[in-house]
Amino acid sequence: MLKGFPGTLAGLGHRTIEGIWRIGAGARLFFYIWYYLLESFKRPRLIVREIFATGVLSLLIILVSAFFVGMVLGLQGYNTLQKYGSSEAIGVLVALSLVRELGPVVTALLFAGRAGTAITAEIGLMKATEQLSAMEMMAVSPVARVIAPRFWAGVISMPILAALFSMVGVLGGYFVAVPIIGVDAGAFWSQMQASVDFRDDIVNGVIKSLVFGVVCTMIALFEGYDAPPTAEGVSRATTRTVVNSSLAVLGLDFILTAFMIGA
Amino acid sequence: MHNIMSDNIVEIDNLSFGYKGRLLHKGINMVFPRGKVVAIMGGSGSGKTTLLRLIGGQLKPNVGEVRVDGEVVHKQSIDGLYQLRRKMGMLFQFGALFTDLSVFENVAFPIREHTDLPESMVRDFVMLKLNAVGLRGAQNLMPTELSGGMARRVALARAVALDPQIIMYDEPFAGLDPISMGVVCNLIRRLNDALGATSIVVTHDVHETFSFVDYVYFVSDGVVVAEGTPDELRKSDMPFVHQFVHGEADGPVPFHYPAPDYKKEMLRGHDA
Repeated sequence: MLKGFPGTLAGLGHRTIEGIWRIGAGARLFFYIWYYLLESFKRPRLIVREIFATGVLSLLIILVSAFFVGMVLGLQGYNTLQKYGSSEAIGVLVALSLVRELGPVVTALLFAGRAGTAITAEIGLMKATEQLSAMEMMAVSPVARVIAPRFWAGVISMPILAALFSMVGVLGGYFVAVPIIGVDAGAFWSQMQASVDFRDDIVNGVIKSLVFGVVCTMIALFEGYDAPPTAEGVSRATTRTVVNSSLAVLGLDFILTAFMIGA
Repeated sequence: MHNIMSDNIVEIDNLSFGYKGRLLHKGINMVFPRGKVVAIMGGSGSGKTTLLRLIGGQLKPNVGEVRVDGEVVHKQSIDGLYQLRRKMGMLFQFGALFTDLSVFENVAFPIREHTDLPESMVRDFVMLKLNAVGLRGAQNLMPTELSGGMARRVALARAVALDPQIIMYDEPFAGLDPISMGVVCNLIRRLNDALGATSIVVTHDVHETFSFVDYVYFVSDGVVVAEGTPDELRKSDMPFVHQFVHGEADGPVPFHYPAPDYKKEMLRGHDA
């Protein structure tokens, strides 16, 4: 065991090599998921089951959060807009904030916390209890049977969850702005309808949520698949899923937004 | 052994395997004749389970090779390896049952994955296998509702679901009560003979194993230190075999993990 500066240097080198190795292993897993694409969709039952586990079971937390986020947007938006005498533009503000940014981003963060951790823990424990090895020994690929269906379920669920988040968020904003504050309902909806563009706003939001779906699900799957088969290993992997997914989502959001505004 | 049984389904030839610079196996040679039940015995950490993983192609040897039905395992492509594994069934140490599937679905899993049989035939096959291990009545239970012995028997039914030619058992008796142990011993022998398969049993339980196997390999420190039929080994005067068979704490296999001198270590703190 080296001490002092050489030790620090060796530790740094070790971590760098491990980091590169993990990126390579993650890329290989991603490749295998595509390799088993046809096989995955030949058995839609498996994907539907996972959509239920990751998507449907995340609905409650996502819809409740969306309603609160929408209400806060309504309050904050009104507070600022009324200073400029344009409080009826509140509908536009709520809808654009949700569809372009908050819908995809907050959904992805909640997804990482709710479904991502569940995926990592489940796969990590399947590995620790030798279920994945048993599958391999039965000549069944764990990537085809366990990993790929969860990946496609995550990618399909995320845009739908983000769309539902935006929809419920708009209703939350409406609930605060119209019945409580007293903004005109006609102005709320008509300004929103006139200002939200399908391609620039909605499609870009969907693209973001698709990318976040791929990234969050992939991180959760890889962390579970790569977890050391111990209690501590699975626990660390679950934490890493949330941390890495959140950082990846926020970082990618900036990059995607820059591209979309620049385009 | 080579002379008595020439038709071997698994052959391990001069195999060395290790990782992180430490060799676990150092030139192991073993043969597993068709139709026989062969045990691999040795202390904990002697690499017995790793041998099963090498036979199943989950690990690659550093030197030497494992041949299954004449094919070199580590030279197979993924598809070739999966073809080879369809000839094998493996019982994992704690069963490794799929916890999200019922007992019935666990046993049906390999049948559904590898055949297109209609549901009625899948059901017949599953019932046949569950009946053979005495757990037809437990078909609707979930793995969490089973005792250790029952889980092991369900895993055994799953391992033989497609009538494999080779059945591998990784510590099948670990943590079982004496009755369950007897049941599992009996099942291993009966299933092997009924299916005409070859069984490889990795274990360190001497008395149970000697009661039903045909041949035994003793592994220690990465090499085969003794081999023979249970009767031959019981009479053996080799120090290792004697220590192992009679469960003596000290002998060629030391009680203590390598450590510095006890007296010196105890006094070290008082010198300062």
